[in-house]
Amino acid sequence: MAERLRTAGAHGSGAVEVLRTYRLVAAMWIRSTMTYRASFALTLVTSFCVTFFDFVVILLMFGQVQGLGGFSFAEVAFLYGTTGTAFGLADLALGSLQRMGRRIRDGSLDVFLLRPVPLLAQVAADKFALRRLGRVLQGLMVLMWSLVLLRHEVAWSWGTALMVPAMVACGAVIFMAVMVLGASAQFWLQDAAEVANSFTYGGNTLLQYPPTIFAQDLVKGVVFVVPLAFVNWLPALYVLGRPAPAGVPSWAAFASPLVALVCCAVAGLAWRAGVRSYRSTGS
Amino acid sequence: MLRLYATVAAGGFRRHSTYRVATLAGLFTNTVFGFVLSYTYIALWAERPALGGYSMADALAYVWIGQALITVCGMMGGGFEDELIERIRTGDIAVDLYRPADLQGWWCAANAGRAAYQLLGRGAVPLLIGAVAFGFTLPAGPAGWAAFLLAVALGSFVSFALWYLVAMSAFWLLDGQGVVQVAWLAGLFFSGMLLPLNVFPGALGELARALPWAALLQVPADVYLGRYGDGWGLVRAYGFQLGWLALLLAAGRAAQAAATRKVVVQGG
Repeated sequence: MAERLRTAGAHGSGAVEVLRTYRLVAAMWIRSTMTYRASFALTLVTSFCVTFFDFVVILLMFGQVQGLGGFSFAEVAFLYGTTGTAFGLADLALGSLQRMGRRIRDGSLDVFLLRPVPLLAQVAADKFALRRLGRVLQGLMVLMWSLVLLRHEVAWSWGTALMVPAMVACGAVIFMAVMVLGASAQFWLQDAAEVANSFTYGGNTLLQYPPTIFAQDLVKGVVFVVPLAFVNWLPALYVLGRPAPAGVPSWAAFASPLVALVCCAVAGLAWRAGVRSYRSTGS
Repeated sequence: MLRLYATVAAGGFRRHSTYRVATLAGLFTNTVFGFVLSYTYIALWAERPALGGYSMADALAYVWIGQALITVCGMMGGGFEDELIERIRTGDIAVDLYRPADLQGWWCAANAGRAAYQLLGRGAVPLLIGAVAFGFTLPAGPAGWAAFLLAVALGSFVSFALWYLVAMSAFWLLDGQGVVQVAWLAGLFFSGMLLPLNVFPGALGELARALPWAALLQVPADVYLGRYGDGWGLVRAYGFQLGWLALLLAAGRAAQAAATRKVVVQGG
């Protein structure tokens, strides 16, 4: 039975098929959400507010001080906006993966495995929550504000200007890869969903602040072990005209797309290994 | 009667102690967040020593107390309200109402057991790790620890009373998500989880320190740091917690009474 489930799940795992399935399932959930418009509006506002409070903390901090770790408010807001938008996009796309552990525990993952469409797309789009757009909007607003504040301070060129959208896009992909990696781990450690949170939510919090305030070993860890530094620290420091931290060469700022690709490959392998080792709880 | 609630509490403790991997995962997450927040606080207090009346060692202790108490004092969700709301939504609550025990008392006892386990399983270790890594302020002797534990216990009961009241709304709304999210937001901000309440400026700070969420983290942390002294100051701190506890429990009880009088249980 398990063998048959797996082969069924492996049907048509091409990227096109994954995206098509994802779009269809997500569209269905959006239609279902829109049935209760008032409820949707309310949850969108709360999603916006939750992330906004993060930023209120930074505002409160800068009510007390002029700079944090040698970074001005505008520069911290720039870090906040870039990681916030990138994380928001990843959370919008793959936030439902957090439910994997529960689905494995109660056996409802079997239903997905029976359908002849890619498993990852189904799980990722399951209960697609458009309200997570609130986080993206909030991140974008702070990013815009920081860009307005920084318009005279940054040496704008094609390189620095293109770096901003590129780092948000690559950052989102890196966060997504970490989320898939976390979901894969749940095939073995079903109750350990929270560990993934420390890299996604925790990573997002970390990247909101300048690398100068953290212990250098911690910074090295997010450059070389879990490459979150490529989400925004390295490219953002390049845009701001500051040296890269932890003895990283300055060309590393341009390595984000490559790092994102490698992360995706690792996450893809982990996911396959996870699906292969899956054993249903069902009788 | 008391024995019944003790048994329910012990059951809550045992139930949560079976989720060992989840406890370890939570511990790991709390520790990671503890480290990240510690460095931001170090940067902040390096710029403004004695901000909010805290030394840097006090501020670091505050960070790790916050991480240790997250699930104990329910700053980001009480840990039981989802289940209670789900029982109300599905109609399983009828079974609970049939029991020869008070609904609020039953859930309160179960939650106390849960909180006790979380304090041992998820609270103690991050506090120890943080203390070793950052050498922050420790309470003054065994009496200081005892005073802190009492404040934590009271904070955990206030948290129960708050989240129980939130869950009661499901009797009328059925889908409790909206109210839970609003309560979650308020708790996140006004408990001092993000930044100590005495760093909040002016009237916002005054307001935040008077609201019930201050009883969850800010008061226990200040008791820990010895800012209430050891005489009447402490009594005032406990009085603040007890006052909100009584008020919120009464409100929860009133909501429960109103709900059971008019309730139409869901389901067949």
